[in-house]
Amino acid sequence: MIKIKDLTKKYDDLAAVDNISLEIKEGEILGFLGPNGAGKTTTMKILTGFMAPTSGSIDFDGLDIIEDSIAIREKIGYLPENNPLYEDMKVYEYLAFMGRVRGMKRDQLLKRMKVMIELAGLKSVLKQPIMELSKGYRQRVGIAQAMLHDPEILILDEPTSGLDPNQIVEIRSLIKKLGEQKTVVLCSHIMQEVQATCDRVIIISEGKIVGQGTPAELTAGVSGNDAMYVKIKGNEGVILEEVVKLEDVIEITKADKESEDIRGYNLTITAGKDIREELFKLAIDNNWSILESRKEAASLEDVFRKLTKS
Amino acid sequence: MRWQTIKAILKKEFVTYFNSPIAYIFIGVFLVVSMWLFFQDFFLLGQATIRGYLSLLPWIFLFLTPAITMRLWSEEKRSGTIEVLLTLPVKDSEVVMGKFLSSLAFLGVNLLLSLTLPITVAIMGPLDIGPVIGGYLGALFLGAAYLSLGLYISSLTRNQIVAFLLAIVASFIFFIIGSNMVVDSVSLWLAKILSFIGLGSHFANIAKGVLDSRDVIYYVTFIAFFLFLNTRSLSSRHWK
Repeated sequence: MIKIKDLTKKYDDLAAVDNISLEIKEGEILGFLGPNGAGKTTTMKILTGFMAPTSGSIDFDGLDIIEDSIAIREKIGYLPENNPLYEDMKVYEYLAFMGRVRGMKRDQLLKRMKVMIELAGLKSVLKQPIMELSKGYRQRVGIAQAMLHDPEILILDEPTSGLDPNQIVEIRSLIKKLGEQKTVVLCSHIMQEVQATCDRVIIISEGKIVGQGTPAELTAGVSGNDAMYVKIKGNEGVILEEVVKLEDVIEITKADKESEDIRGYNLTITAGKDIREELFKLAIDNNWSILESRKEAASLEDVFRKLTKS
Repeated sequence: MRWQTIKAILKKEFVTYFNSPIAYIFIGVFLVVSMWLFFQDFFLLGQATIRGYLSLLPWIFLFLTPAITMRLWSEEKRSGTIEVLLTLPVKDSEVVMGKFLSSLAFLGVNLLLSLTLPITVAIMGPLDIGPVIGGYLGALFLGAAYLSLGLYISSLTRNQIVAFLLAIVASFIFFIIGSNMVVDSVSLWLAKILSFIGLGSHFANIAKGVLDSRDVIYYVTFIAFFLFLNTRSLSSRHWK
């Protein structure tokens, strides 16, 4: 269990991280979500012992981030932002070096290297210099490096940035697999990623925590009104005018256009109300046809935008 | 400091030198330039001595050692690997030590290959071994001092070229303040201090074959001081 308390980091006078307190529970996959420059990476740098905080403390199972830095670093696997690697080393050289610096014994190192090479699918590129690898392979090398010593906590800073969709899916499923046994902290500005992989999400903006909870809790908490999408065949002007007169419809806006008289509309509805029946009756009265209708759940994306908009 | 950690870093950095063609070019240039400068007037003098070569070494080192150390930190900073390296369970001082020893090992390889020179001279005439050993020992101390300075300077910038040029300038200043030209032109008490601080005056002693403990202590202190500054400059990332 990691307890972060009143953590602040200032660069000159600018607070990159501003009085953050949170707990990271054992075995969870925690998503750190925020726009670029929100302070995610700075928090990770402090968490991994690369930088000291201006004030505040971090407690790892009773160990202090500054006093017991080395002991804590032994428990952590870290994939920094942009995944920096020693370009001129070969893949196996790089992994072996990382293991040796960590003080792993030869047998243990060989065993763990085998496991990681298998897990990350690196067998075919083992003898290639890292500079010749594709971005996907580089990312896998970075993750293999972070996992090599079987750490308790895995910290990944934007692990899928710059990957193509297939690679993204691969890396995400790898993270999920790892997350079954480990505590994983995942930094990202990509909503789908966090939604797809994380048990719990912290939303951070301008150095402050602006929201936290499970993805479901977050989406439920923020959307005050329900949203609905309908596609209606009929006169546009009349539809816009008539639908908004329904009791629970707050707003109607044009969404898309299929042809001259078939258009999609976004409706904002008072939370918890169902207007489908009334809408249907209204359509019959006006001789419109409803071609499509669905309730739109608020996505984490909406939550994110709402919370981080300054 | 744990030797195992230092060794891992030392080994990695040493292998990295030879992973790129730069190391071979470097060794080639060093040997060709030093041999050429030496043999230029060797046959004119007609003496079986390598004193001429030893007096050249500080000047060759002036350009050689900054090239050895320039990438050691600045490359890590530029590529961001410093963040991987310094979040491993290692002490900053261990990393500094590992990098310093790797640069020293590389310099050692250069010096070892240059042993062909005294061997050649010894074949041609009776060579006094004492000054040769003293000279090489002095060269190693002097080189180590330059390396510790260059390594420290490399930790101040993310640009290798800047590190290279600054290290040349700094090494030159440390070398020149102990030289006769500077020492003779200042007041006596200052002259004493300068000739003690200057790197060159100590080298002259050792190169003559005189291994004085004062010179050894001087070099060791100089090296330790800059390695210490190096760890300090790394810990500046923790500044609040």
